[in-house]
Amino acid sequence: MTSQLERDEVRSRQRVGSAPTRSRISTRRLVPARLGPVGLLIGPLALVGLWELAATAGWLAPRQLAAPSVALRTGYQMLLDGELLPHLAASAQRAYLALTFGVLGGTVLALLSGLSRVGEAAIDGLVQVKRAIPTLALIPLAILWLGIGETMKIVVIASSVFVPVYINTHAGLRGIDIRYVELARTTGLSRAEFIRRVALPGALPGFFTGLRLAVTMCWTALVVLEQINATEGIGYIMTRARDYGQTDIIVVGLVIYAVLGLLSDGLVRFAERKSLSWRRTVGS
Amino acid sequence: MTDRRTMIDADTTSRDSERVTPVVQLRAVSRHYGERTVLDRVDLDIGPGEFIALIGRSGSGKSTLLRSMARLDEDVAGSGTVGVPENRSVLFQDSRLLPWQRVLANVTLGLRGPDARASGLAALADVGLAGRERAWPNALSGGEQQRVALARALVGEPDLLLADEPFGALDALTRLRMHRLLLRLVAEHRPAVLLVTHDVDEALALADRVLVIDSGVLLHDQPIPGGQPRDRADPALPRVRADLLEALGVTDDS
Repeated sequence: MTSQLERDEVRSRQRVGSAPTRSRISTRRLVPARLGPVGLLIGPLALVGLWELAATAGWLAPRQLAAPSVALRTGYQMLLDGELLPHLAASAQRAYLALTFGVLGGTVLALLSGLSRVGEAAIDGLVQVKRAIPTLALIPLAILWLGIGETMKIVVIASSVFVPVYINTHAGLRGIDIRYVELARTTGLSRAEFIRRVALPGALPGFFTGLRLAVTMCWTALVVLEQINATEGIGYIMTRARDYGQTDIIVVGLVIYAVLGLLSDGLVRFAERKSLSWRRTVGS
Repeated sequence: MTDRRTMIDADTTSRDSERVTPVVQLRAVSRHYGERTVLDRVDLDIGPGEFIALIGRSGSGKSTLLRSMARLDEDVAGSGTVGVPENRSVLFQDSRLLPWQRVLANVTLGLRGPDARASGLAALADVGLAGRERAWPNALSGGEQQRVALARALVGEPDLLLADEPFGALDALTRLRMHRLLLRLVAEHRPAVLLVTHDVDEALALADRVLVIDSGVLLHDQPIPGGQPRDRADPALPRVRADLLEALGVTDDS
C-alpha cells in the first residue's frame, strides 16, 4: 500500500518536473475558477454543523433555538401528519400569484416608460416615490381599502415585487447602446421591429436581474401578511409556534423559506442562461 | 480658403462622354459642432457603381461627411442639400452585429419579403460563411464578424454603400483578404461606394477615385489609373501616392 502511494507520488513529481512552465501558468489565474454547486454549499453546511454542535453541547437552549436535527424530525413529522403541505400550498399560491401580477405589471410599466417620453413622464417619478415607501408601511391603507382577505395580501406583495422588475427592465431599455440605434436606422427598421429585435433583447439581462430579486422578495412580504387574518400559510404556523415557544417549528418555516427562495432563484437563473446563451461573460 | 477648394461636380465625375445621373449629389453641405465647422460647403457627385475613397487625417471631417450621407446626423447643425439614394447601407468600423441575434438574423435585419431568408443565406455564402448561419456573433473572429457585416450591407442590393473605416480594426493579413472580397462583391453587385479610410494604400488599392478632405473641405480629387484587378506594380501609382500624401500634408522632409 505504502509503496503504491510512494510510486504514485514519484510519478506525479516526475510529471510536474517534465512540464514546469505549463504548471506555473495554470496556477496563475486572474479570475477565480467557477465554483460548482457543491462548493457553494460549504459555508451553509459548516454553519449547520456548528449549530448542531452548539445545541447538543447545551450552549443553545431549546426554547431559544432548536437543534437542526430536532427541526428536521419535526418537519418530517409535520409532513407525515399532512400538516405541512396545505400551509405550504396556501403560501405558495399567494406568493406566486402576487409574483405573476407584480412581474407583469413591472414589465408593462417599464416598457411604457422606457420606450416613450410620455410614458416616462407619467410613470417613472411615481415608481421612484413608491420605491421610497417601505411596502409594509402600505399595509394599514391596504387593509382599509381592500379588507383583510386574500386580495389585500396579493396586492401588497405584487406592489413590492413590481419595483425591482420595473427598475432593472427600465434601466436595460434606457441603456441600449446608441450604436445599435444607429444600426437600426441605417437598416431601415420600423419602430415595431426595433422594439422586437433590438430594445427587448437588449433589456432582457436587466429584466432577469429584476426577476431574480422579485422571486425572493415575494416571500418576504408574505411572512408579515400571513400574520393578519390567516388560518393557513407558513407565516401563520410560524406565528402560532412563536406563541407556544416551539422554536423547532419556527426553524422548519425558516428552512422552507430558504429552500423555496433558492429553488426559485435557481429556476430563474436556469431560464436566464437559456435565453441569454449568446452572452459569454466571466462567471456564466 | 476658397482657392484651395476643388470644385467637384458632375462634369469631373463622369469623365465618360455620356452624362449619367449621379446617385449621390451633395450641394454646399456644411455641418457645425458648436463654434467648430466640421464640413464647409462640400459639393460632391458620385456616379452609379463608382468606388470612391475618402481620405483625411483624424478630425478632418471625413466621418461627418459619411454620416451626413447615411442621414445619421439629424441632431447636428448644418445646411445644404444631401441627395442620396433611398436604398443604401452602412458598413461600420465595428461590425455592429446584434449579439443576441444569430448570424442569419443579423444579415436579414431590416430585409422584408418572403425570400429574405434565401437572400440572407446566399449573401452569407458570398462572403464565405455558408453553414455559419446559426452561429452567435460572439463566437466568430473579428474578420468573420466583419464579413457578416459586409453580407448584411450588400444583401439588400443597395445603390450606395457607405463604409466607415471598415477594416481599421483588422490585422494586416485579414485586411488584404477583406480587400479582395470587397472588390469581388462590389464588382458583382455594382453599388456606388464611399469608403472612408486613413490608409492611403488601401485607397489606392480599392478606389476608382480618391478624395482628400481637410478641415471640412474637399481639397483634392484624384482619379486612380488602372481598373480592377489593379496591378500593384503599375509605375503610375507611386506618383499618385506621393500626390495624395502631399495633399494630406505628409512629405518626406517633414
